[in-house]
Amino acid sequence: MRNISVKEITANIKEMCIEANHFLTDDMKEALHRATYEEVSPLGKQILCQLQENLQIAGDDMIPICQDTGMAVVFMQIGQEVHFEGGSLEEAIHEGVRQGYVEGFLRKSVVKDPLERVNTGDNTPAVIHYEIVAGDQVKITVAPKGFGSENMSKVFMLKPADGAEGVKNAILTAVKDAGPNACPPMVVGVGVGGTFEKCALLAKKALTRAVGSASPVAWAREMEQELLQKINATGIGPGGLGGSTTALAVNIETYPTHIAGLPVAVNICCHVNRHAVRVL
Amino acid sequence: MDKHIKVPMNKQEAATLRAGDYVYLTGTIYTARDAAHKRMYEALQEGRELPVDVEGNVIYYMGPSPAREGRPIGSAGPTTASRMDKYAPKLLDLGLIGMIGKGKRSKEVIDAVVRNGAVYLAAVGGAGALLSRCIVKSEVVAYDDLGTEAIRKLEVENFPAIVVIDCQGNNLYETAIEQYRKDV
Repeated sequence: MRNISVKEITANIKEMCIEANHFLTDDMKEALHRATYEEVSPLGKQILCQLQENLQIAGDDMIPICQDTGMAVVFMQIGQEVHFEGGSLEEAIHEGVRQGYVEGFLRKSVVKDPLERVNTGDNTPAVIHYEIVAGDQVKITVAPKGFGSENMSKVFMLKPADGAEGVKNAILTAVKDAGPNACPPMVVGVGVGGTFEKCALLAKKALTRAVGSASPVAWAREMEQELLQKINATGIGPGGLGGSTTALAVNIETYPTHIAGLPVAVNICCHVNRHAVRVL
Repeated sequence: MDKHIKVPMNKQEAATLRAGDYVYLTGTIYTARDAAHKRMYEALQEGRELPVDVEGNVIYYMGPSPAREGRPIGSAGPTTASRMDKYAPKLLDLGLIGMIGKGKRSKEVIDAVVRNGAVYLAAVGGAGALLSRCIVKSEVVAYDDLGTEAIRKLEVENFPAIVVIDCQGNNLYETAIEQYRKDV
């Protein structure tokens, strides 16, 4: 058994909230860089150049990449040999988010109740997903999620007879409906299979997979490439103002499902696809 | 076409703007997003005055991140405009001349833009750090308790935006997509 202090969790999550909101991962930066060269629309190219300049300013001056610094989504992959000591793990995670958002000059975008809508003032609570795995390590992923794109995400409960065409249509429908609202170029996270909530979680997780990586499942790998091409042929373009760069990646995650169902979730993320990952 | 415009502006000036123009705004604009719009709407329904006079003014749909010391504002990019669609026609009928946001608008909003000779502009979504450099001063003027959603008066210099819906009802989101759509 390995003991880990919850104070260490708080300290890491605080730093990761700040890091994720000011610096994109290398795969995202490279994808944006490549898109700038490949974009066919002059205005689209100009917007992509501005997005790169924006990233530079964010890192140099420590101004968040986007003012919507998101609701903090935290994935905790915990080795079953780990024992947390010194307090509540859950509270330690929220405390890390609290400290990161307050001390890091990040926007407080969380309201306590969905209808009463009073701001909690410190961006807590986080949305936390726990997964228990083998081993004695803890992998933390902090993925602040902006709501311009979150609002355009969808779950489709398809029939088995809808098949691959149904899945493709669902993804294209979500992307076309999102259009300029989701701040394209987007990253499209897709979950196929499982249950209603499982496919949504898969779609969210798909957004944390590197842009340019491929699914290990053969049909999903092909569909990722086909859909990326189809999405970029919609003409939506950077900022929704026309062009050939509407998405930077389509990442599909799959899971076994029920004989009666074909759940598909499409979680759309803007070009500020943020996540910080650490292994303790 | 690139145009430099002073804000606030009148209807004659707004009428010169066309969907697709790249404009640089200099002058004073106001921020308001979901919660501030709801309050303004309720104030009007109850016959009370708005906290700011909207006539000739431009509202920027934006809620900034907190400013670091020595800076006027934090990250300051546009939010999705369609969430303000319920409230915008009323403000346009009261003389609001422009809105800056991102994303599609409802038919009711487009009709109100045409009816009133106004304009809808898009700023680049997700470029909040870059756009913050065009904001030289920021002051909360109403609804302070709403935090990031308070109404702020901003002084802007060469703030970049693209005309999406003009006073003739032209809509760049529709025309530009058609121009670059390919059959695959």
